[in-house]
Amino acid sequence: MGSLKIDRISMRFDLPGGGAVQALKDVSLELNKGELLSVLGPSGCGKTTLLNIVAGFLAPTEGEILLNGKRVKGPGPERGMVFQQGALFEWMNVRKNISFGPDMAHKPAVETARKVDELLKIVGLKDFGDKMIYELSGGMQQRVALARCLANDPDVILMDEPLGALDALTREKMQGLVLKLWKETGKTIILITHSVEEALLLGERLLVMAPRPGRIHREYNLPFADLGVSQDLRMVKKEREFGERREEILTMIWDMEEEIMGRQEDVA
Amino acid sequence: MIVGLIYLTAFVAAFGAYIVWNRTREARHDFTSLKTVTFGDESTVSANRFASIVSIVTLFALWGAFTGSKIVPIHVPGPFIGDTSFEYTATNATGQTANATVYLRVHPIGEDVALPEATGGNGFARDDAAKIGAWRSGLVKPETNDEGGKEDGYRVTAIDGNSIAPEQTVRFAHGDITMTSKGTLSVKPDRGLQMEPIWLPSPEAVVYRLIEIARDGYKNFTLWDHLGSSLWRVVLGFFLGSIVGIPLGYAMGLSNWFRGWFDPIVEFMRPVPPLALIPLVIIWFGIGEEGKIILLFLAALWIMTIAARAGVSGVKISKVHAAYSLGASKWQVLKNVIVPNSLPEIFTGARVAMGVCWGTVVAAELVAAEKGAGMMIVNASKFQLTDIVIMGIILIGVIGYGIDILMRIAENWLVPWKGRG
Repeated sequence: MGSLKIDRISMRFDLPGGGAVQALKDVSLELNKGELLSVLGPSGCGKTTLLNIVAGFLAPTEGEILLNGKRVKGPGPERGMVFQQGALFEWMNVRKNISFGPDMAHKPAVETARKVDELLKIVGLKDFGDKMIYELSGGMQQRVALARCLANDPDVILMDEPLGALDALTREKMQGLVLKLWKETGKTIILITHSVEEALLLGERLLVMAPRPGRIHREYNLPFADLGVSQDLRMVKKEREFGERREEILTMIWDMEEEIMGRQEDVA
Repeated sequence: MIVGLIYLTAFVAAFGAYIVWNRTREARHDFTSLKTVTFGDESTVSANRFASIVSIVTLFALWGAFTGSKIVPIHVPGPFIGDTSFEYTATNATGQTANATVYLRVHPIGEDVALPEATGGNGFARDDAAKIGAWRSGLVKPETNDEGGKEDGYRVTAIDGNSIAPEQTVRFAHGDITMTSKGTLSVKPDRGLQMEPIWLPSPEAVVYRLIEIARDGYKNFTLWDHLGSSLWRVVLGFFLGSIVGIPLGYAMGLSNWFRGWFDPIVEFMRPVPPLALIPLVIIWFGIGEEGKIILLFLAALWIMTIAARAGVSGVKISKVHAAYSLGASKWQVLKNVIVPNSLPEIFTGARVAMGVCWGTVVAAELVAAEKGAGMMIVNASKFQLTDIVIMGIILIGVIGYGIDILMRIAENWLVPWKGRG
């Protein structure tokens, strides 16, 4: 019940000069409701492509996405997306941005306003509702992006490196917020990241992908996300197991990167 | 030439004075001098207010100084005005010589003055009188009243004791005298360095003319009619260009077919200056109102089309994706994302279009019009009413600048998110 099924997805991009790039090959995955999955991998492993396919922005060459048993045919409000940055509507104030989804669905204004108030409180922007987007800092903007996504009450939240452009301190705060929101709302979340630490902290399940062709390399089940809900994130990072996992995955990704470089040298 | 040199001197002097003054200030708090580290950085260069003010004051001071304006205390030497005289020596047919005086009265142009008195003289020579307008020259014929002046052999041989012959020039107290080949004296009082009002009127003359025309109108229409009709043409042409151009630009930004169909037309028409269309517009639509509106419509159309197209194409794909994944329909994405996202580009285009339209309307009115700012100055220039021409140019500049300022205010007010996406 309430599951997201990624069924043997392949994606090929035709190159303008002839030939093609196999961005994804035979990727299958099943997510239950309320699961938090982080996806990690070297650049070019197709993780953003995968997310865009789940969101419905791209149609896969082969395979299909099923959400609650229904086939995904395009973007829709049941799959919310949080982008890295610059996806907010700067011509609207914070409230209008957050209420965008409900407004488009013509939900009653009073109900929407109450919801926006609640979300502003949750993401810690209680007094910023009437500010314009460009008056906020980068971290605050990402809080708005999270709230905007939640306002639509999606089944699945897709996050494409949502904290990638933030400074280290803000990033750590936001990681705590993501965990808090996950636990409080019980949403299914797929989070794409470049940071191994972030993937470990924010992944109940962690997917390491490999490039050329993009595929699932390894999957982990991790305890840190659950720990992080009740504990200080820095305490979680100090755990011995956290350190071991980090080293293990870093080595794995480094090996992959080196392999790519090696292959390129062979060609040269 | 002299004006240029004085202007250059004023520039150098003001700049030097500012640097010296600035240096004494920096000696006190020294940190601003570190700004030179960013030499060449565009963002550190801003207009120096002091320089702007001195520049404007210098321009008006020069204008006033060279036109004898009353609002400026210092003037360059003006033309000689007043009474003067010179003595000539004549030799008659029998070889006798005699002296007489020529009394000159140099008067401002347009003033009616009496001839100076001239009754003396010795021998056969009689005094002469003449009046000459400032900046002009006059002919003096001493032989007309001298005894025996019509006889062969009579000739003037010297001015104030300096000998003169035909084609030669001699100075007298307040100017030059050239003898023509027939022996007539061409008197040219000193002109000084000031400009004659028919070439360059003084600033206050322009202001008085402005007041006069604002009160009485010019060529059957009031000043406000002239300026208003030019503005009205611009606004109407721009409006028509926008209501066609913006939807066209949107269509070109959103549909391959529209883009393909209109791209050759737009790309061809864009580099054609609107002024080059004036002859064709006159042939097709005549010199009336209709033709001008169509010309301005064409001037604004391409600019607005391209601005709208750029605004649509410039939308970040992540914003469109975000809207779709929040459940917006295609139509809602257009209305709530693409249109507001394109507004800054459209405003930039509108500012350019208004500027181009204003320039085009003045040019079109220069060619042919019953009323309008351009018609006013070209008509005045035919009668050498330089003050009206200068007044018109200043008004055209002020209005053009005003339009730009208004557009900028509207921009800040309506699209405050510009450049902050």
